[in-house]
Amino acid sequence: MIETENLTRKFGDLTAVDNLTLRVDKGQVFGFLGPNGAGKTTTVRMLCCLIGKTSGSAKIGEYEVGNQENALKIRKMIGLVPDNVGLYESLTAFENLDYYGKLYRRTDTQRKESNEYFLKLLGLWEKRDALAGSFSKGMKQKLAIARALVHDPEILFMDEPTANLDPESSKTVREFILELKKQKKTIFLNTHNLDEAQRICDKIGILNTRLMAVGTPEELERSIHGRKTVIQLTQLKDSILDSLKRLQVKNLVSEGNKLTVDVVNPEEENPDMVNAIVAAGGRIETITVTSSSLEDAYLKLVKENAQ
Amino acid sequence: MTAWMPWKIARKELKVIGRKRSIIFYTVGLPLLVAVSFLLVLKGQLANGIPDTISLGAESIIYIFVVLATVLPSTIAAYSIVGEKVEKTLEPLLATPTTDGEILLGKGIAAFIPPVLSAWAGASIFMGLADYLLLNAGLGYYYFPNWNAGVMLLLLAPLAAILSIEVAVIASSRVTDVRGANQIAGLMFIPFVVVFFAGAEGIFAFSIDNLLIFSGVVVIADVILFFLSKATFNREEILTKWK
Repeated sequence: MIETENLTRKFGDLTAVDNLTLRVDKGQVFGFLGPNGAGKTTTVRMLCCLIGKTSGSAKIGEYEVGNQENALKIRKMIGLVPDNVGLYESLTAFENLDYYGKLYRRTDTQRKESNEYFLKLLGLWEKRDALAGSFSKGMKQKLAIARALVHDPEILFMDEPTANLDPESSKTVREFILELKKQKKTIFLNTHNLDEAQRICDKIGILNTRLMAVGTPEELERSIHGRKTVIQLTQLKDSILDSLKRLQVKNLVSEGNKLTVDVVNPEEENPDMVNAIVAAGGRIETITVTSSSLEDAYLKLVKENAQ
Repeated sequence: MTAWMPWKIARKELKVIGRKRSIIFYTVGLPLLVAVSFLLVLKGQLANGIPDTISLGAESIIYIFVVLATVLPSTIAAYSIVGEKVEKTLEPLLATPTTDGEILLGKGIAAFIPPVLSAWAGASIFMGLADYLLLNAGLGYYYFPNWNAGVMLLLLAPLAAILSIEVAVIASSRVTDVRGANQIAGLMFIPFVVVFFAGAEGIFAFSIDNLLIFSGVVVIADVILFFLSKATFNREEILTKWK
């Protein structure tokens, strides 16, 4: 549905997006993570045909991005929720949606139906005649999402849709994205929120000008650290450390009476370690297996890139 | 470009502008104020029985409505474009399947119609009531109707309004607030004011020939600024270079 190949955008000497190659399939929710200035918004703007590319290629559906003739066709296929909601504050909620419906060349009946459907779905129907300027941030964000959907787009680009929202509003927006996911909409989600990405996205890309990693949230977690076994002992003795070293365990770290070991397959490796510890006279209080989080993966990649 | 899309955009702009009391007051009030002021001057002079010594000639008074046609659109055009920039509404608008030309034309129509109609209305009120006062004074159709006023109102005023809108579009890309854009675009009224004073001082006659030549100059300026404003108002420029 969305494909890029070495997509690059430069502003003078500054490279905002560098050789971005990725693929988002139909019905997938793709999370685009990255620090401020990583090029996420620039990428979305290029894919929405708002700004041009310096080099490389990109396709939305069957249409090549960068071709003027295709730009209008692509814009009909997509909906955009920008980082600033950008609502007409002196127009009512209904008028905001209706205006966009007209811009997308929807008929009067289509507009009436979709406006009512989305305003009811997002709990704004009772406020349809209130000026958008009187809305809370959460309500504005919901209205901006509805606006991006009035023409039933195949692809929805969302740039930080939950930024600056209170937890309750963020939850409402997230639940709505999950609802769209059920409807098999393709969603390209720029976000800083790792927890949000992990919960919503089928696939995640980590960008810091260059695409540093791409995969499912689980793949990214595993690709960074794998898993760890943490063993809490009543007392740590040298003989226990020696016996574990003989097992050639990876990255053995001791801290007080706690041992941490990197493991690939804990179901197979942990029993051997337990046996070795007990044989060396150790007494185990607890043993736990931990996974690295998406946050660990993200921070490590961004840090490596900064170096 | 479809014919009705700019009109859809213009209707939205007019709806938004219609809810800004200050813009309505300014757009409707100023021509009305000019009309009423000069009618009071005329009435006062008629009371003294010397209508031909009115301090400004009839053409000069009508020309003031041309000057208003250069001043009034810039406020609406600046609000329509810089207002969108300030309220961050441009990006979602640009993401719709509308062309840059359709958006620009829509905004231009919205900035053109109310000021030009308002200038025409002010001038019509002045001309109608001036005729009424002069007829009652037994002087017949002393000032109006005349072809000079027709050329000024029907040709020069719309051309001047277009010029003002184009300058406002260009100014909008360089400033971050409506007032700034309005101030820059407002400079457009200087050449028109110079012509006004030249007329008042007798250096420039508001004859049909002179008005047509002046209109021709404005047409040339309109065409040049059309290409400049069109180059300024494109998605790439707006999102990457506009302040």
